[in-house]
Amino acid sequence: MLELNIKKKLNNFTLDIECKIESNRIGILGGSGAGKSMILKMLAGIEKPDKGYIKLDDKILFDSEKKIDIKPKDRNIGYCFQNYALFPNLTVYENIVIGLGKPERADVDKFLEKFELTKIKDSKPNKISGGQAARVAMARILIRKPKALLFDEAFSALDIYLRDHIQEEIAQILKDFEGSAIFVSHSRDEVYRFCDSTMVIDAGKISNIGNTKKIFKYPETKLTAILTGCKNISDIRYISDNTIEAIDWGIKFHFSKELPKDINAIGIRAHEFVPVWEETGTNLIEFKLKSRAKLPFEDNYYLYTKGSSDITWLVQKDIKEKIDSRGLPKFLQIDEENILLLK
Amino acid sequence: MSNVLAHLDWSPFFITLKIGLLSTIICFFLGVGLAYVSLYMNKRIMAVFDSILTLPMVLPPTVVGFFLLLIFSRRRPVGIFLYNNFQIKIVQSFIGCVLAAFIIAFPLMYKNAKSAFLQLDKNLIYAGRTLGLSEFQIFFKVVCPITSPSLFSGAILSFARAIGEYGATSMLAGNISGKTSTISQQIAYLVQNQSYLEAGIWVGIVLFIAFLIMLLMEYIQR
Repeated sequence: MLELNIKKKLNNFTLDIECKIESNRIGILGGSGAGKSMILKMLAGIEKPDKGYIKLDDKILFDSEKKIDIKPKDRNIGYCFQNYALFPNLTVYENIVIGLGKPERADVDKFLEKFELTKIKDSKPNKISGGQAARVAMARILIRKPKALLFDEAFSALDIYLRDHIQEEIAQILKDFEGSAIFVSHSRDEVYRFCDSTMVIDAGKISNIGNTKKIFKYPETKLTAILTGCKNISDIRYISDNTIEAIDWGIKFHFSKELPKDINAIGIRAHEFVPVWEETGTNLIEFKLKSRAKLPFEDNYYLYTKGSSDITWLVQKDIKEKIDSRGLPKFLQIDEENILLLK
Repeated sequence: MSNVLAHLDWSPFFITLKIGLLSTIICFFLGVGLAYVSLYMNKRIMAVFDSILTLPMVLPPTVVGFFLLLIFSRRRPVGIFLYNNFQIKIVQSFIGCVLAAFIIAFPLMYKNAKSAFLQLDKNLIYAGRTLGLSEFQIFFKVVCPITSPSLFSGAILSFARAIGEYGATSMLAGNISGKTSTISQQIAYLVQNQSYLEAGIWVGIVLFIAFLIMLLMEYIQR
């Protein structure tokens, strides 16, 4: 459970966040410099809000009115930094036990074993691999039995294979972890996988908040659509109650039901297009191929439209095989449920 | 030559060494401490603070000596106060030598420590805090060990600068044989009296020390 009401003046904007999130797996999405990391730093007590309060899992960490500001070392919150922030002058073992009292050190061997660090316990951080560094960081945090975990762009420096691997380990750890875990990330996969609730922030303000699955399905705002990975976004104008024109593509879309009046743009996820070889059905998109990027298991098609912007079409295995046998389709079709209506 | 060597007064060597060591020790602790404290200052205050502390680096040493004289002369309030209450004499004394060397050498220590601290990954300090370390522990267990090469280079440079000090020292402490006569002052004095051979011996000694210092710097930076 996280309850925030914080204001802090930053260089370019004022961070102003007010929210109450019941779930204890929370994701924070936002462009770079939107203030994501600052929120985590304030939760950890490294940075101080100008005013407001922070309540995490029934514990008030900060309250400017009641003059509560618990020191970071007493908050008992584990903070996993992007670069792990291992102390370069200390060995793996020393990194893990730093800040522990004598009795707590009894567990160290167990932790080293659990995180597969026994063999490298006397190595300095610059002598170990990225995956090992990530494990040291986790071991160092978890041995203190933290009440909450914060992940600040963690693991984004790892290569894809290792990241999957570490994410799987994190998933296992989180299964047994009862406190809150909060992820700041520009990796949508990470947020989608771990977080029940997601907060999207832009220039220090909440632009969207709610259930993660719902936010990915109905992003509602342009920014959220982009941050959740929508590659095709166009501004629109209304032609009638149920017809709109996507200005950037020069394409009209017809809907079976009346559209809400406050739509400014639409988004279409790159994998939602359906190839059509004959001119049948509604909402057909005419295109000309601009270029094609062959990826190992899927292809990215970049298509010219009648408007000023291109469309990206992600072609997965089954459609790839169809194209190989039948040639490039004449049109792309899009189901109206798969058109994201954005404000 | 052997005659000159046999009768050489070695006191400038030991006086210089003592001044160098004492002023470097003061520079080191004060420089490291103030540089660390300054990190917590508001940016504008920090700029003013830095400028004042590093001013002696760009001022001619004689100007520094002039100010020191102005402050510590026994005809002025501070000088009178120090002498009447503590019997401390700064002008024309060994303490004056150390003070002058310290003021001139301090910016080197401060600058080195400061840039080392600024280069330090801030997340390491943050990590220390979230891992339950006190600020004291963070400073001694993390910050100091990581920045130690820069801190030691700073100390060595300060030492080198301190033992070569001439301008401010000659104005504040004078050249009293066996008391405030440093190698630099001795060389100037000997050349004035046309004792080129003896001056040359001191020059050789200075060259040798300077070489040792540079060697040590290379070793630390490896």
